[in-house]
Amino acid sequence: MTGRAAAIVLAILAIAAALPLILSNYQVGLATEMLIFGMLAMSIDILAGFAGRTSLGHGAIFGVSGYVVVYASAQAGLPPAVAFVLGMAAATAVAIVFALLAVRTSGVYFLLLTLALGMIVWGICLRWTQVTGGENGMRGDVRPAFLVMHRAFYWAVLAVTALVSYAMWRFVRSPFGLTLLGIRDSESRMKSLGYNVPLHLFVGFAVSGFFAGIAGALYAMFNNFVSPSTVALAQSVEGVLMMIAGGVGTLFGGFVGAAAIITLENVVSAYTERWQTVLGITFIVIMICAPEGIIGTLRAILTRGAGDKERYKGN
Amino acid sequence: MDRRQFLKNSTAAVAAAGTITTPWRRARAQSSPIKIGLLTPLTGVVASGGKEMVEGVQFYLESVNYQIAGRKVELVIEDDASNPDTALQKARRLVEQGNCHMLIGDLLANTGLAVANYVKGTGTPYFIPIIAADDLTQRQRIKNVIRVAGYTGSAFTHPFGDWCLKQGYKKIATISQDYTFGHEQCGGLAQVFTEGGGEIVQQFWHPLNTADFSPYLGQLADLKVDAIFAMETGADATRLIQQYASFGLKGKFPLLGAMNATDQSVIRTLGEECDGIIAAAHFAEGSDNPVTQKFTKNYEAKYGKIPSLYGFSMYSGIMWVAEALEKIGGKAEDRDALIDSVLKTELTGSPLGTTVKLDAYGNPIYDVQIRKVVKRADGKYWNVPIASYPGVSQFWKYDPETYMKQPPYSRTFQGIKKA
Amino acid sequence: MSTFQLLNGLTFAALLFVVASGFTLIFGLLRIVNLAHGALYLLGGYIGFAVATKTGSFALGGLGAMVAIAAIGFVLDQGLLRFVRGNDLRQVLLTLGFAFVIDDMSLVIWGGDSFTVPIPQMLKGGMRVFGVFYPTYRLFVLATGIVVFAGLWGLLNHTRLGALIRAGVDDAEMVEASGVNIRRVFLVTFLLGSALAGLGGLMGGAFLSLYPSADAEILVFSLAIVIIGGRGSLVGVGVGSLLVGLLNTLGQVMFPELAYFVIFGPMALLLAFRPLGLFGRAATT
Repeated sequence: MTGRAAAIVLAILAIAAALPLILSNYQVGLATEMLIFGMLAMSIDILAGFAGRTSLGHGAIFGVSGYVVVYASAQAGLPPAVAFVLGMAAATAVAIVFALLAVRTSGVYFLLLTLALGMIVWGICLRWTQVTGGENGMRGDVRPAFLVMHRAFYWAVLAVTALVSYAMWRFVRSPFGLTLLGIRDSESRMKSLGYNVPLHLFVGFAVSGFFAGIAGALYAMFNNFVSPSTVALAQSVEGVLMMIAGGVGTLFGGFVGAAAIITLENVVSAYTERWQTVLGITFIVIMICAPEGIIGTLRAILTRGAGDKERYKGN
Repeated sequence: MDRRQFLKNSTAAVAAAGTITTPWRRARAQSSPIKIGLLTPLTGVVASGGKEMVEGVQFYLESVNYQIAGRKVELVIEDDASNPDTALQKARRLVEQGNCHMLIGDLLANTGLAVANYVKGTGTPYFIPIIAADDLTQRQRIKNVIRVAGYTGSAFTHPFGDWCLKQGYKKIATISQDYTFGHEQCGGLAQVFTEGGGEIVQQFWHPLNTADFSPYLGQLADLKVDAIFAMETGADATRLIQQYASFGLKGKFPLLGAMNATDQSVIRTLGEECDGIIAAAHFAEGSDNPVTQKFTKNYEAKYGKIPSLYGFSMYSGIMWVAEALEKIGGKAEDRDALIDSVLKTELTGSPLGTTVKLDAYGNPIYDVQIRKVVKRADGKYWNVPIASYPGVSQFWKYDPETYMKQPPYSRTFQGIKKA
Repeated sequence: MSTFQLLNGLTFAALLFVVASGFTLIFGLLRIVNLAHGALYLLGGYIGFAVATKTGSFALGGLGAMVAIAAIGFVLDQGLLRFVRGNDLRQVLLTLGFAFVIDDMSLVIWGGDSFTVPIPQMLKGGMRVFGVFYPTYRLFVLATGIVVFAGLWGLLNHTRLGALIRAGVDDAEMVEASGVNIRRVFLVTFLLGSALAGLGGLMGGAFLSLYPSADAEILVFSLAIVIIGGRGSLVGVGVGSLLVGLLNTLGQVMFPELAYFVIFGPMALLLAFRPLGLFGRAATT
């Protein structure tokens, strides 16, 4: 990373860390949510932006982590750190199962398959009442004592997010990540070059699930509650929307997208109940006018003719 | 007049800090307003019930000019979208951003449980006239969560089981939505009915939002029973009642329902298929009690529809809170005093026409009506009482401590006494 | 499985077929996964309900539903989707956004109450068939499903339009290259698919009722059917509808716990190992 880029990153981190000092408790909570969902959006982007596969099942992976975390601490009485690790493991496991079934598909079929798999997970969470609490979900005091306060939790989440973002950034820039990019651009070329495409996709999916699991565990701690709506299709859709709003393939656009959508939702629902209509229109407008998302469009404006407009490739 | 809180906040995740503007308050010469946060499903699966909840609250507040104990009342309404995650988010907003003194509302049990878990931490008084999850006033009581003007799932089906025995029914089958409220309603009926010598032949549980009841109706048709008890709410109730009639079961077995199944919110869009269904409830909009009649008439005049459980319960709930506030001089900020006052208040102005008070566990005691759906002179259907059980608590005739030793009603525990 | 349950499964399958056939026409030819299809179903039901109660005629309700939803389909295709042609993912997400708007607007107009489309007098009550007493209306739904199948079969196999549609499913570019105005064929197909959703809404609204989450439910079923049956194949949709309808009924009776597995399990497995479905053919482009 160049010195200038590092300076910008540090500046952003410093501002982010200073926020709780000027914002109200409620707004700190919102900021925490933006970090968590930004992470979810980024995890989806690893597959969508870098391997060309958009998944509508990541909400389920995210939510499963939450379920395991709440179950482990509320029902099994395990300490928060252990619960957290179990959550991450569970999410990765689910991602692996999804990946085994999905790696051979692409485009719309990949979308539909992940959607179907997500629905199966949702069905299990809804109907396996003994373990998951069914409709009512599960509640518990998941946070460790020193993270109960709004600010403390925010800083903890910020720290984790920074670490995870760095890890993701390194991942997509690694040789493995570049292979994924190659697969996104031309699968047949990669195959003819001798790369094991399904294996790469499989690993990419698992890694993406791992990061989504971290976000899910944090969300469980944030709410101290989990229910079938956390694993529902709507959650996956929201994650995809945040990713797209920020910019597919931009990775950190996930945070921008999450911030934009959460802010919009808060502002809109103060005036009207028609948030769903606003969300729908936003979707439509983004798809027609700005499919590269906020960061993508900004990049395109700043570096005209550098071929960046090609960066967003839908399937 | 109620108004939505004008919230303007911009948060910065990338750029510099945003600005915060304080909530807009109506300038008052004397004191600041009492802020009540109303959480209700205005969108999502139970949206129609949610709207009526708002109407019920507004109906009462308008009748007192939005004034309680000399202070103005500000009602802040938030949509919980029939979804616990959203309910939590909105509860946070009402308490942390909106500085509400208390929360009231929610319809679905899972939204109520999520918010209850949250207010356990903040200590905000939370009033739940509609949420019926038994344990919130039994084994898992949270001090600041109070079921004013509400009911537990099994409260009305306990006496209903007794009424069934008195009708000479020996065998009953139940069909119910598969979630806590359904388990509790069926359990209440099953326990009392079987303890009195009756038999529950079979129980069917189906997921919420079952469109097609034909698989279940087929099996029900083959049973040899004296009556069928259907625990349904919302759209499921509409469909079950219709399909029950269309499959020819209406003439075959008397249909008994949970009170939600024959609630106005369901029967007002139905025709003769709902005629004659019997349920047990505290409220019967067709009752000839003069106070009830007046309430029903005025409500219908204002909103163009006969009041349902949702409108009635919220009306009573907010009335209860208002009466409690009057007793403490309107000091909504003093949470302990408010909660204490609510627990001690006896609701004298209830549309039920009787005085209602809470038992030692924070749950109201009611006169339970066994009511039947009949056609009114103008062709609309409503519920009219045919029998009554006075002074029924959530524990029926059981001793509370003993009752609470048995597990909460669930799919696996229905209180059924083995013959 | 008793005759009664068999009939339940078949009649439900017939309704699913009407809706899913519209979905597969659009998916098969235009390659658009129209996630607004469920919302169109529900809106069609509401509009059909409004027309039927106003005019007292079930048939007019059906006509009204089909025309109105075809019109909305027109707006969706010509007004919005034209900006994202060729990009599968963007199309899918745009239709999803459209679905949100339609759903919310339906909620605003009709509120959250459940409505039931009134059945004409002659279809009320039941009759004895194969030894069981069965509601006449549901048998009517079954008959309608068969008629729609026959109609679509005739259209696809015995008309020029049908031939163009079938050719377009296989290779749209080639059809265009041979001088046909493929855009118009696409448009007609989209309108037809939408109209079928509307018709389904009216029919379903009479025995399953109309309520705010009906759209998501029928969409999910349609997706499963089209995946299982195969893209662009009428027989595939027929077989898929039968499978899903019967499995759903069977599942509710025998394995109520596994309600979603029974449908989504086979769907996921099929997608993983045979993404084209039972009767689908790969497009040559």
